[in-house]
Amino acid sequence: MSHAGGITAVVVVSVLTLGIGIWGLRFSRTTSDFFVASRTVRPGLNASAIGGEYLSAASFLGVAGLILTFGADMLWYPVGWTAGYLVLLVLVAAPLRRSGAYTLPDFAEARLGSRQVRALTSLLVVAIGWLYLIPQFQGAGFTLRLATGIDAPTGGLVVATVVLASVLSGGMRSVTFVQAFQYWLKLTALLVPLVFLLLVWMGDGSPSPANPVYDVATQTGSWADPLSGHGAGAASHPLYTTYSIIIATFLGTMGLPHVVVRFYTNPDGRAARRTTLVVLGLLGMFYVLPPVYGALGRIYAGDLIAAGRSDAVVLELPSRMIGGTLGELLSALLIAGAFAAFLSTSSGLTVAVAGVISQDVMQRWLPGVTAFRLAAVVAVVLPYALAVAAQNVGVATAVGLAFAVSASTFCPLLVLGIWWSRLTDAGAYAGLLVGGFFSGIAVVRTFFSVGGSSWFSAFLAQPAAWTVPLAFLTMVGVSLLTPQRRSPHVRTFMIRLHAPEGVPLHRG
Amino acid sequence: MTGTGQPPPRVRVTAPRSDARRRPQLLVQEIDEQTELGEVYVRSLLWAQLRLSLGILVSLGLIVGCLPLLFTIAPQLLGRTLFGMPLTWGLLGFLVYPVLLLLGWFYVRRAERHERSFSDLVER
Repeated sequence: MSHAGGITAVVVVSVLTLGIGIWGLRFSRTTSDFFVASRTVRPGLNASAIGGEYLSAASFLGVAGLILTFGADMLWYPVGWTAGYLVLLVLVAAPLRRSGAYTLPDFAEARLGSRQVRALTSLLVVAIGWLYLIPQFQGAGFTLRLATGIDAPTGGLVVATVVLASVLSGGMRSVTFVQAFQYWLKLTALLVPLVFLLLVWMGDGSPSPANPVYDVATQTGSWADPLSGHGAGAASHPLYTTYSIIIATFLGTMGLPHVVVRFYTNPDGRAARRTTLVVLGLLGMFYVLPPVYGALGRIYAGDLIAAGRSDAVVLELPSRMIGGTLGELLSALLIAGAFAAFLSTSSGLTVAVAGVISQDVMQRWLPGVTAFRLAAVVAVVLPYALAVAAQNVGVATAVGLAFAVSASTFCPLLVLGIWWSRLTDAGAYAGLLVGGFFSGIAVVRTFFSVGGSSWFSAFLAQPAAWTVPLAFLTMVGVSLLTPQRRSPHVRTFMIRLHAPEGVPLHRG
Repeated sequence: MTGTGQPPPRVRVTAPRSDARRRPQLLVQEIDEQTELGEVYVRSLLWAQLRLSLGILVSLGLIVGCLPLLFTIAPQLLGRTLFGMPLTWGLLGFLVYPVLLLLGWFYVRRAERHERSFSDLVER
């Protein structure tokens, strides 16, 4: 592949991203615009922005790579990442908007009135944000190496710089426009090449992807069948692994820092619901596409599995199947989409993490805007350094772990905080500690890649199926043991969460 | 009436039927003052919304969440095809997304209806 197309794609996306950000700034006049877009973003635009922010490198590249390698069971990742929004819609969307909380620590403090819970929540937001950012930078590194020929650390640095530039210059309102643009760019970038690829595939006589040629000898099951144990590590316990993925993705979405922030930009709870419904539609439209790339990769790019480069399958298919100028154009389009995926998710996470760091750590010593800018630098530089130092565990695997941690900590906090008035600060604290600790062990173990096929390693490779219930039980149990610690304002707070805004009620 | 000898027309004097004419207290105030009646209204809204949400989650569990179990119990299903591809791929790759959207759409409609009837009730 020549690098001209790739370089052009990267430059165009960067310029458009910064350009739309600056153009959007003309609409940002007040501080409120800057942080929450004055809460006037309409559902359609807001939903595109949420979709743009949410569809990360894991969705754009990782899903196809996982399906190429591990087969049918991996279809649960895109399904879970969409279903997570349905769970978020029915349990969290409207009440979270009505709570008036801008971040998860704000919510925890407003609901439980405890500085300690707030501090622990902030720590977890930063941890989950970084866990999510590391694979973004790694993915960006190898995409840029493929596209432009520069080495991976430099590629990650390019993404980190563009992210920082757009975060430092733009506010929430201008970011909204950028993210919305990036959703449609990503959808187009996957859809258009796929049409051509499918035409070539049909021209070849529509061969079946369930071709056993590339199956590694030790793996027994069939690639096309679910629960066949066609995957490393999880080989002996496919049913447990599948359910653990389902629990992590269905319940983890609601606790992702960059997702929560977006809800505050809705005008009211009703709009928050409608926005989420549109997001469900947009994600469904997108997630139909990556598995098709994975399946086509089975036929045309199976050697990538053995080379350990399965994440590149989306980018390599056009040059392998079509070639020529058209192949290069389509490759450039895919590179543009992948680059947009890194930028949008990384900016969203950076804003969320920097918000927490500046609010909870730096504002004691520094004035507001300086604190936010410095925090943004910290929020980008540290995960970038980790991304260079850590080994590549696969984009979707690392993101999957972020979902598991989020499901084991913030899901119980949000669900019980919103629906159960007897939750106490002690209960929340204990539950966050337990859930965070055990899912954290799983993360550390995966990054140091201690493999194995015992039950024990299956439990640690996909921890959500046991850490989520454990966190819920701890929160409920400790709360019931400490009834004297219930927040005195819980009743008014519940009314604020659940009563429609139009009713003139006292909301604390 | 200036003394023409005629008696004034009879006027019927009644006390207003207190419960029908005079509004006793707005339900909004009942809720703000945390009276028992106010509590009942708030709790009924909360329960209606929670029941709806749990109903949707149970449907999600039954329709989507049970698929892996189904494939384990009845592996013969894996031989079937849907849209010209293996059943799993048709279900998880395509069909599941409209189902999720439909569940979400149904939820939004019902949740908004609950809120409307709550507003109508307490602001009447």
